[in-house]
Amino acid sequence: MTAQAIDRATFEALKETTGAEFALELVETFLQEAPPMLNELRDALAAKDADKFRRTAHSLKSNSNTFGALTLGAMARELELGGIAIVIESGGQPLEALAQEYSRVRAALTELQHE
Amino acid sequence: MSELRRDLRGGQARLLVVDDNKVNRLLLTRSLELQGHAVASAENGRVALEMLQRESFDLLLLDMEMPEMDGFQVLERLINDRQLRDLPVIVTSSLEGIANVVRCIELGAEDYLSKPVNPVLLKARIGACLEKKHLRDQQKELMRRFATPEVAQDLQDSGFWLGGKLVHASVMFSDIRGFTSLAESQSPEETIELLNTYYALMFDAISGHGGVVTVMMGDGLMSVFGAPMPLPDHAESAVRAAQEMVELIDLFNVDRQAAEKPPIKIGIGIASGEMVAGYTGTNQRATYTCIGDTVNLAARLEAHTKVAQRAILIDQATRSALSERITVEPLGLVPFKGKAAAVDVFSVDSGQKR
Repeated sequence: MTAQAIDRATFEALKETTGAEFALELVETFLQEAPPMLNELRDALAAKDADKFRRTAHSLKSNSNTFGALTLGAMARELELGGIAIVIESGGQPLEALAQEYSRVRAALTELQHE
Repeated sequence: MSELRRDLRGGQARLLVVDDNKVNRLLLTRSLELQGHAVASAENGRVALEMLQRESFDLLLLDMEMPEMDGFQVLERLINDRQLRDLPVIVTSSLEGIANVVRCIELGAEDYLSKPVNPVLLKARIGACLEKKHLRDQQKELMRRFATPEVAQDLQDSGFWLGGKLVHASVMFSDIRGFTSLAESQSPEETIELLNTYYALMFDAISGHGGVVTVMMGDGLMSVFGAPMPLPDHAESAVRAAQEMVELIDLFNVDRQAAEKPPIKIGIGIASGEMVAGYTGTNQRATYTCIGDTVNLAARLEAHTKVAQRAILIDQATRSALSERITVEPLGLVPFKGKAAAVDVFSVDSGQKR
């Protein structure tokens, strides 16, 4: 994956419409909320809870897109639409890829916070 | 201080944002505040409904996917709630699929915006929604002022259509005896003041017993018990209302006598039976009323109170429906204009001899 973790245009637009200070606070909220969401996906997978899985993937997708984390958003969307079955079949690999992409996003967002 | 705050808020609309996702909730709240609205938020449908019971809002922005109670369940609750049915809802969701959009609209949502919500689009949709709500509120306020609460509710529930339905009910006519000469002997201002007090007292007694005033004409009132909402013991309710009306006028006369004004007397006629109740007029101007023989008879009975020198007169059908606690005196058969056969008339003890 060579695409930027964060699409700058989307992020700048967010800052412009909500105010820079608010946007950075919102980043902070996302960085707090995202790890529990990744955990919830893992829990849902272990419990084979399809509904919870889809719902959490859905939330992660919409939050990712808010900050311009387009790759992360697209991956979460695939999980939401593909459902839990595909992830079970492939032994949970898509979740690991998702967690890796999140690390990239976190690093990029943290950098943006200190700009 | 709180008064001042309310003044400052003035035309500001109160919005409720419902979303289980904290980022989404904060973001939407922020956008709406930047657009000049007062915004509260809830993290799921259950909390939102609790807030809606406590406070009033102008618009609801509702996410669909939520734990505990999702957006569809909220829409279902709202549509079945008389108080909240008219609250406009904009669904904000990233749910995929046209079927979900259709389902929301069918459940009464005004609009459906996909997330992430475009702020310009959001602003336009909210503006349109609030404008519609404002017009609806104005309409309701007008209806509240010019129709009785029962008629207003009936209109809201079943909509307006010219035409009636057959109902079983009791009709009451009442007026002030010798009102014309009374009006001539005093200033117009005094007459209006007298009428306003009289109306306030009569409305109180009538609606207190489940009746609805359908016509006000000069000093005359027509009211119906049992329509538009059915009333199980409409005859007894009407008679009890009549007794209370006479009682209230007696009390009012004590005040008038103290002010050295002549006492007023009222006459009341009640008849029960089938009648056609509904909206009559044109599509531009209509009124809720009742029509039929029963209605005519009630009017004749009221006119007859002057002849019989009694305050309350009722027909046989009303009398038959009364409990034994109400004392009734038969006055015999009376021939009425427009009635082929003479009618049995009864006088009700007005309760004046307390």
